[in-house]
Amino acid sequence: MSWLIVGTVPDDDFPLVFGQVRVENGLLRIGPHNINIARGTPALAATTSLAASELKIDGPYALLAGDAGRGGGSRKLYAHLIEIMADLKMTGFTFHYLQPDVDWHNKILWAIQDNLDSPCLVADAGFMYVAKMSGFAAEYDLFTPDIGEMSFLADETAPHPFYTRGFLLEDESKVEEYIARAYSEKNAARHLMVKGAKDYVVRDDVILSTISEPGVEAMEAIGGTGDSLTGIITGYLMAGYEIPRACHMGAVANRYLGLLANPTPAYSVAQLLPHLGMAMEKASELWISNENSL
Amino acid sequence: MRFLKSIFAKGSKKTRGVSERGIIVFHHTSEVIKAESLLKQADLGVLVKGPPPEIQSGCDMVIEFPIINQLQVVDILKKHGIEPVQVVPVQDHLLEPVSLYNVKDFGEFLMVRAANMKITVDKKSLEVVNVSGGGCPDVPFLAELMVGQKLFEAPEPASNGQTLCGYSLHLAYEEMKRRCHG
Repeated sequence: MSWLIVGTVPDDDFPLVFGQVRVENGLLRIGPHNINIARGTPALAATTSLAASELKIDGPYALLAGDAGRGGGSRKLYAHLIEIMADLKMTGFTFHYLQPDVDWHNKILWAIQDNLDSPCLVADAGFMYVAKMSGFAAEYDLFTPDIGEMSFLADETAPHPFYTRGFLLEDESKVEEYIARAYSEKNAARHLMVKGAKDYVVRDDVILSTISEPGVEAMEAIGGTGDSLTGIITGYLMAGYEIPRACHMGAVANRYLGLLANPTPAYSVAQLLPHLGMAMEKASELWISNENSL
Repeated sequence: MRFLKSIFAKGSKKTRGVSERGIIVFHHTSEVIKAESLLKQADLGVLVKGPPPEIQSGCDMVIEFPIINQLQVVDILKKHGIEPVQVVPVQDHLLEPVSLYNVKDFGEFLMVRAANMKITVDKKSLEVVNVSGGGCPDVPFLAELMVGQKLFEAPEPASNGQTLCGYSLHLAYEEMKRRCHG
C-alpha cells in the first residue's frame, strides 16, 4: 500500500521535500538529502522504511519540511499537502512532528476527505495534539499516546499536555480510566496504542490486548523509541495488517528492539535499529504461537 | 461540502474542540500596544481583546495568541523588557500548567519528566545523555543542542525552544539541575 509520512526535520534550512525514503549507511535518504536518524520524524520514517524492507514491500513516501519550532516549515508543508492532495494515491497517512495549528489541521483533514477514498489516518506527536484540539479526533484511525499524552487526551479542557489538569496524574495504574474518559469526550481515535510499562491496544473504548513483556526500562529514556514504535506499526499497516494486529505486533517488536540491543539510557534509537529484523521476526513467532494456542 | 464542514466545525467547537489560544495579561495598556506590535512583527497571529471575568489582575486589555507559541511569545516580550502579569490558555476556567515532576533513577542515570518531556543525565559526568517525549518540532532541535552537553553548560531550552513542549523540557531541565546541584 502507498503510504505517506508527514513531518518535520529539526533544521529551518531544510527544504520542503517529497519522495520515497530509504535508509543508506545509517542515514535517512530522501531525494538528494541525507538526514541523521536521531529521533522525531526521521527516526519514524527510517524505521518504517526498514520495516517495509523486512516485510518485502515497497517503502513509504514522506513529505518533510525543515522546522525547528517556529512553525514556518510546518505551515509551508500544510499548504503544499493541500495543493497536491488531489494527485496523491495514498492508502494511508502517518502524521507526526508538526506544529499544532487547528485551522491548517482542519483544512488537511477536509482535503483528505474530499479527495481520497477513506485512507487510514494515523496521528502521533504534534499532529495528534492538534487532532484532539480540533474536536475531530474520532475521524482518525489510530493515535499512539504515551501516558502523559493519554492524560492529555483524557482531559477535555487541555489544549496541550503541558496544561493537563493535576487530577490526571500520569498515573499508569489509571490508564483504563483515562482511555474511557478520552472516548466519552470524543477525544480519542478509533484505535489507541497507549505506550507505557504496559502497552494497551484499544478499539472504540475496548481494550483488545496488553503487552508488558519483555520490559526494558532504559527504553523510556531513549529519545525516538516512541517514533520507532509508530514506524513499525506504520510498516505493518502498509503490509495490510489490521490495525489491532499491527499495534500488538509493533509493541512486541519495539520491546524486542530494546531486549536485543540491551541499551543503557544513553543509547540513541539509531543504535537499536540494526536489531529490527530480528525483533520483527520474534513478534511474528509470538503472534503465530498465540494464534495456534487459541 | 467544505462549507458545510466549516459550519459544523464552528458549531461543534464549544463542545468538541479545545481552544488553541492563550491570553497574555499586562500591567499597563502601553505594554499591550507595544507587545501587539512586536508579536505582529514576528508574524504571530495575535489579537487585542478585553479580558475574561476570571482575570482579576492586570489592565483591561489582553492579547490573544496561539498557545503553542507561548515560549516564543514570552521570549520576544522578555527581550524587549516586557514582563506580563499572566500567560494562560483560553478556557471557561483558567488552567494551571503541570507542576508535578516524575523522577526515575536508573542507577548511573537519572531521568526527570515534566508533562510530556523527559531529560536524562549521567549522574557521574552530569552529561545530558537523552531527551525524549514531546510532539512539537522544536523538541528534536532542542535534543540535538543538548544531548552530549554538560547539564550546567547545556543551552537552556527556554532560550532556544519555541513551544509548550520546549517549555515543558525547560521545567524538566530546571528540576534536573535542582536535583543535581547537591
